[in-house]
Formats: sequence, structure tokens, C-alpha cells
Amino acid sequence: MIGMYHFLTVAALLFSMGLLIALSKRNAIGVLMGVEIMLNAVNVTLLTFSRFSTTDTPVAGQTFVVMIITVAAAEAAVGLALAVSLYRNRQTIDVDQANLLRS
Amino acid sequence: MEGFGPAFAFWMLSLITLVAAGGVMVSRNLLHAVLFLIVTFVGVAGFFVLLSAEFLAMAQIIIYVGAIAVLVLFAILLTPRASRDNGETKMAAPAALLAAALGAVTVFVIHDTNWDRATESPNLAVSALGEALLNTWVLPFELASVLLTASLVGAIMLVRSPEEEAEDVLK
Repeated sequence: MIGMYHFLTVAALLFSMGLLIALSKRNAIGVLMGVEIMLNAVNVTLLTFSRFSTTDTPVAGQTFVVMIITVAAAEAAVGLALAVSLYRNRQTIDVDQANLLRS
Repeated sequence: MEGFGPAFAFWMLSLITLVAAGGVMVSRNLLHAVLFLIVTFVGVAGFFVLLSAEFLAMAQIIIYVGAIAVLVLFAILLTPRASRDNGETKMAAPAALLAAALGAVTVFVIHDTNWDRATESPNLAVSALGEALLNTWVLPFELASVLLTASLVGAIMLVRSPEEEAEDVLK
């Protein structure tokens, strides 16, 4: 039988995998991919709680996910624009080369 | 969630999603990483169907696979001379340690909590979500459109070339 426990465990594993990608990748686009995976894992968690709990407002969890998807789309657009802008200035998108503020 | 069907779907989706996320981590080529990322998104959409959020599964496919993945591919194509290498920084080992610790703690907490009281709520119609978005949460809903407009303008501002900006100043 598949319950809340299974969904939450998979979401937690997916989140830590996204964290590992976001923290360890050198490429700025790779870092963004990790952030997207983390957002997806959080969405799975929210929908699990929305599915397996009885509240007065059962649709609240799904509304949360709609908002998170919207913010994720905005974040991806701005983040990738930043990557392109970084490439224009430094000819690289490696985050450890982005040291313009270091004197 | 009783029965063989949901259980089989759950385990297959877990396998596909986690293996694809691992593929994003280990693939050396950035383009291969994006393709693995698309598989991860589709797997998460499968989880949404399993959690009876069909509308959000559709939205996940359209927004993540259709828009964000294509946006990532465009960003790769717009940076032609940058490295396509998907390598790690020097901090990869501490990052792996931190991620493993976080995963272990969360899985332990999830394992340690008693979820027995949680019961499955009845299926929600898509119209319920629409009503909630346009009645109860209409202000956040409108704010989201403002946010999208702002991020659109911001993204265009960031990627404008210096020549275009110089032309605008002359006008």
C-alpha cells in the first residue's frame, strides 16, 4: 500500500539530489537545473499533504503549487537571462569565474 | 492508495524520476543534463497524476517541459563559446556531504513520524481549483501576473546587447 510516507520519502530524496546539483555544479545553467529539481520536489510534498489530509480548504495545497510553478517560471527566465548576461561580460558561464565584485 | 496499479505506477515513477535526477548530476555534457531534466519533470508530472492533481500535471508538462526546458536549451544555444562541460566546483565534496546529511535527516524524520491519522481526501475537481484561485486567492493570483510581467521585463533588460542600449540613449 502506498501512503503519505512513500511520497514524502521520494520527494525528500529528490530535494537532496537537487540541492547536491545546485551546490556542486560549476556551470550556472547546471545550478539552475538543480534549483528547478528542488522546486519540483517541494511541489510533490505540498500535493502529498493536500491529498492525504482533511482540512476545511482541501484546494489550498494545489493553489500553493500553482503559485510555486508561476514563481519558478519567473525565476528560470531571470536566472537564464543572468547567465546570458554573465556570458556577454566574461565569455563564460562558470559560477566560480563570476568574481567581478572581488577587488 | 490501495491496489497493485497505483503501487506499480509509484515505484516505476520513483525509479524514473530519481534515476533521471541522478543523470542530471553525473552527465558530463550540459545538453544531456537538460534531456535528463526533462525526464525528471515528466516523472514529477506522473506523481501529480498519482496524487489526483490532473490539472497541475498538465500545467507541469506545459510549463516545465514546454517552457522552462526550452528556455534552458535557448540559454545554452545563446552562449556559444562557453564551456558545455557540466563539471563540479572544488566544493563538490562538502556539497555532497551536506546534501546527504539533509536527505538522511529528512528521511529519518519522515520515517519517525506517525502518518497513520492521515486519510485520503476526496478527489478535487478542476473547477474547485479555479473557484479557489478566482475567489479566495484572487489577490495572490493577480500578484502572480504582476510578477510574471516584471520578470519578463527584467529578463529582456538583462539580455539586451550593449549596442541596443547605446541606440536607446542616443534617442
